[in-house]
Amino acid sequence: MDPILEIRNITKQFPGVLANDHISFSLMPGEVHAFLGENGAGKTTLMNILYGLYQPDEGEILVHGNPVRFNSPSDAIASGIGMVHQHFMLIPVFTVAENIMLGSESTKGLVLDRAGVAKRVRELSHHYSLDVDPEALVEQLPVGVQQRVEIVKALYRHAKILILDEPTASLTPQEAQDLFRIMRELKEQGVSIIFITHKLKEVLSIADRITVMRGGKVVGTTDPQTSTETELATMMVGRAVSLEVEKGPAHPQGNVLEVQDLQVKDIRGLIAVNGVSLEVKAGEILGVAGVQGNGQTELVEAITGLHSPVSGSIHLMGHDITHSSPRAITELGSGHIPEDRQRDGLVLSFPVADNLVLNMYYNKPFARGMSMQEKEVIAHADQEIKNFDVRTPSALTPAGKLSGGNQQKVIVARELSRPIHLLVASQPTRGLDVGSIEYIHKQIIRRRDEGVAVLLVSTELDEILQLSDRIAVMYRGKIVAIIPAEEATKEYLGLLMAGAAPDQARQKI
Amino acid sequence: MENSLQPLPEEKTPARVQLPGWIRAMLIPFLSVLTAIITGGLVIWSAGGNPFAAYAGLVEGSFGSVKALSETIIWATPYIFAGLAVALAFKGGLFNIGVEGQLTLGAVAAALVGYGLPKVVGGPIPTIIHLPLTILAGMAAGGLWAAIPGWLKARFGGHEVINTIMMNYIALNLTSFLLNGPMKDPNPMNVLARTPLIAASARFTPIFTGLRLHWGFVIALLIAVLVWWLLWKTTLGFEIRMTGASPTAARYAGVNVQRTIILTMILSGMLAGLAGAIEVTALNFRHELGFSSGYGFDAIAIALLGKNFPLGVVVSAILFGAMRNGATRMQFLTQIPVDVISIIQALILLFVAADAIIRWIYHIRATGERVTLTRGWK
Amino acid sequence: MDLRRFLFIAAIIVALFAVVVAVGAGHETPLVIIVSMLATTLAVATPLTLGALSGVFCERSGVVNIGIEGMMLTAAFFGWFASVYASTILKMDTMPSLLVGVFFAILTGALMGLLHAVLSITFKVDQVIGGTVINILAIGITGFLNRQLFFEKNGLFGGQFPHAPGVLPAIHVPFLADIPVIGRVFQQQPITIAAILLVFISHFVLFHTRFGLRTRAVGEHPRAADTVGINVNRMRYINVLIGGCLSGLGGAYFTLQSVPSFEPMMTNGRGFVALAAMIFGNWTPIGSWAAALVFGAAQALQINLQFFRNFIPPQWAFLQQSYVVGMVPYILTMIILTGLIGRTIAPAADGVPYEK
Repeated sequence: MDPILEIRNITKQFPGVLANDHISFSLMPGEVHAFLGENGAGKTTLMNILYGLYQPDEGEILVHGNPVRFNSPSDAIASGIGMVHQHFMLIPVFTVAENIMLGSESTKGLVLDRAGVAKRVRELSHHYSLDVDPEALVEQLPVGVQQRVEIVKALYRHAKILILDEPTASLTPQEAQDLFRIMRELKEQGVSIIFITHKLKEVLSIADRITVMRGGKVVGTTDPQTSTETELATMMVGRAVSLEVEKGPAHPQGNVLEVQDLQVKDIRGLIAVNGVSLEVKAGEILGVAGVQGNGQTELVEAITGLHSPVSGSIHLMGHDITHSSPRAITELGSGHIPEDRQRDGLVLSFPVADNLVLNMYYNKPFARGMSMQEKEVIAHADQEIKNFDVRTPSALTPAGKLSGGNQQKVIVARELSRPIHLLVASQPTRGLDVGSIEYIHKQIIRRRDEGVAVLLVSTELDEILQLSDRIAVMYRGKIVAIIPAEEATKEYLGLLMAGAAPDQARQKI
Repeated sequence: MENSLQPLPEEKTPARVQLPGWIRAMLIPFLSVLTAIITGGLVIWSAGGNPFAAYAGLVEGSFGSVKALSETIIWATPYIFAGLAVALAFKGGLFNIGVEGQLTLGAVAAALVGYGLPKVVGGPIPTIIHLPLTILAGMAAGGLWAAIPGWLKARFGGHEVINTIMMNYIALNLTSFLLNGPMKDPNPMNVLARTPLIAASARFTPIFTGLRLHWGFVIALLIAVLVWWLLWKTTLGFEIRMTGASPTAARYAGVNVQRTIILTMILSGMLAGLAGAIEVTALNFRHELGFSSGYGFDAIAIALLGKNFPLGVVVSAILFGAMRNGATRMQFLTQIPVDVISIIQALILLFVAADAIIRWIYHIRATGERVTLTRGWK
Repeated sequence: MDLRRFLFIAAIIVALFAVVVAVGAGHETPLVIIVSMLATTLAVATPLTLGALSGVFCERSGVVNIGIEGMMLTAAFFGWFASVYASTILKMDTMPSLLVGVFFAILTGALMGLLHAVLSITFKVDQVIGGTVINILAIGITGFLNRQLFFEKNGLFGGQFPHAPGVLPAIHVPFLADIPVIGRVFQQQPITIAAILLVFISHFVLFHTRFGLRTRAVGEHPRAADTVGINVNRMRYINVLIGGCLSGLGGAYFTLQSVPSFEPMMTNGRGFVALAAMIFGNWTPIGSWAAALVFGAAQALQINLQFFRNFIPPQWAFLQQSYVVGMVPYILTMIILTGLIGRTIAPAADGVPYEK
């Protein structure tokens, strides 16, 4: 059988980075071909080249054996390539039909033919059993459905090759299973799929072939039947990695954080946290699992003082902090690794040194009265840069010039170098490379062992399972269960995250 | 791009000469001014004038004699205050287009206290009390006028660009009303919309006899140093700059962002009000309708040309002052309308703001990162 | 437009009308006063409507435009200059001269739009600063040329101030204008009628055509539009040019329809008020028009109070002060922008240059 798609020696250079270095591979009709690699390995760049968003510096692309040149996504679409991006390319305020027709609209005279498009969407949705309502507004749909809209969007354009970029990143395990079912269905119908991921288990369960990328190069192509997780991980990272986090048993002490019956509204004024109660003890890690958007963000903002709750109470070391300011809470001894490091955690245009004192600049020795003490700020920075192994040209380099992993290390250095009783860590390793993840996990466990109470919020189930001593699952603003880590399995947590009641979930597995 | 890229390696192009940092920082502003002057010359030429004669007149009128220099500095003085006002607001993430109105009301308030207070007290007041009070009144009025859009932004998210402009028009109406009505010079000979002269006790004495040069310039330089110290050496300045660079991070770091926004606007407005008060107490000794038109917009160009840095603002203000002052001489010598200066200044602003155009014309590669000045409607 | 906002607009307009009716009572019947207010409101809302529509097109495609004021001012000048040139130098008749003026006003607006597009799309200049540049440049250019061309001895007209061809005559809308008393509302000049038609045309274009769908897509999520093969920057260029043309027509209102002369800075902040109308109208053509009518009513209040100046009762003496009443539209703008009457949401990518 001839490959439907072939690429040869694709090379792409960005200022300072060789993102793709002579990449070659081929895709067979009806094949699911997985691309495995860390963040920054060059997978996304390669896919953007395949989809016409970037143009390669070297190399060629062949579709059905014919060389093609993609100057824009339109060319790729015309060659039968469709792509579902990790961050969906959907316009939230448009309807499903409007999103699907955008760029290849059908009109009657001058007027958009909304009814005609809706009819075709229904047909496609039925044919591939995708269950998509063309009249719904995209912003009101759950993530899993939005993803199916993206798939319909590609099929609407007669895609024969579908690229799925990290499609399971924001799905529950059950939604991911649903996606795999759809992928098999598409395969049956003759669609070829390129599946990009960094999750080893998924690759082994769905792929027909696996290509591993590292540092912009292809390290090898293997068969899932003959590979193991450890082998793949070693190929992906380039050295032997322990998939487990080393961590001793916890020695929990008294309560540090007590949350009682908390209600918080989100910025739109809707109830986002609905009657949450939990406590975190000194020397333990409480993991909060859940799909993005189930109230975790608002819970963390309420605890850290960024968002005032509607009702309920929050106590830190016995002090009522329900309506306290972020500064008052920080001063009581709490550290906060925020969910969005570039938005909240750092001032990107400020030097690393200033970022390291971002919430303590007014204290001695960094300030005397109103006057800032530059020397002290820089001396402190030099010390922390050394302690936390931050790779930066100097303490005066703007934080925005650092890599994601080093930016996160600046935040971790700032929040963990202070004497704290509570650490609130929200998505502490999102988008980081394996080395940085390992480092940050170690730091969090070190602080737990020193007696800090840690509230860990993560949408990565692996991270929750590796670090937590107890696990709380959030669904639609409520904590549906708090269980000891030993009793938790991925499947059980997945069902809870999808809204199943604990006893039902237990029966199902 | 993926966010885990390694830090970019240092430039390795031996063919290019590495210029010292301060020269590189001044390169774009310098080329912007140069390009604007060349373009302005083309405008003069196409309007039938001789650009070389025009610019010769401009230079002669602004630096050609001690008197010309003194007048240039007099022009530059309010520009320094107004430019600092805009620059300070920019550092705090706020675009204060309302300097015009704040300056005008500062002048009106200073004039009111300057001529009115002795009448209220019923006798002469010592200069040491009256003059500071007059200046403070101007600063307070400017600060208050700026506090309103500041509060609307902090409390309701009302956009300061539109609100400060609206405050300009309200100030213009209010001043017209006051200067044609309650505050009009009662002298029966007077037909102008202007206040009475302020009392002698509310005036600065001249520095040199025979020149109009006044102490306001010295105060402006001191204030420039003070603004620099405040922004870069104090905790309040750290908070202002943090709020400007990233309000979300400032909030996370425990800064009271709403309070800082209002405070920044008040400080900015006080600087603008000071400009008005100095004009009244050191130069005109009264306020007259229409004296300040254009200061607010020029101040934006001055702040951006000076890269929002106090020393840069002082230099830019002197440049703008020289152009405004020399323009009259230019018009006298060459019949080119003084308004051509507005075009050159607008072009300077254009090229400074659109530094990409300057880089494109002169083939200069971009260095460093983009500075965020405004954020759309957010 | 939601009900709350509609009621708010209706309430303000009723209140403004009520003031004039109360002041004028005893001298004119309420009906005559209301008809007069309505006619003035529609007329003076014209530049606000066109300015707001200009903003809608620019910002729906993702380009913030605070340069509307400057675009209108420049267009007002060049439109007027072209009409004067046509009638005095080219000896054209009144009507053709005025039409030449309108054409050049629109052309000027388009060129200013092009400048804004080059700055904000190609050179990725901070869009608020770019708009400010346009506003300042407009004051400089019009001030300079006004003096150079009309007042200098060696100017085009030799220091003799030329005769302007007048203003565009009112159009008699068939049937509607024939209704007794109320008919006066429909006796409007052409730019006003064009503006009202353009409100509905813009609504149709933005929400029911392919072009509109793509425009909104580019303003909400340019990357998504790019991934389906839409040229983001081209769409933005086209929309900013359309916005420039609309501002240009708005500028023509000042010198070719309202008064037959040009004065420096004569747009008087109307471009900024138009922006506020656009925001309050939630970036929709019809909503913006409704908001523009509120500001129009505030201005009509000022104009109509001048008619009844001598009848204003002494306890309301402050209403005699045109400077005091003149503040009303500006204060109204600030109140509306507080968002107390429902917050509106800008297009998600408004003001953000698109980087691939």
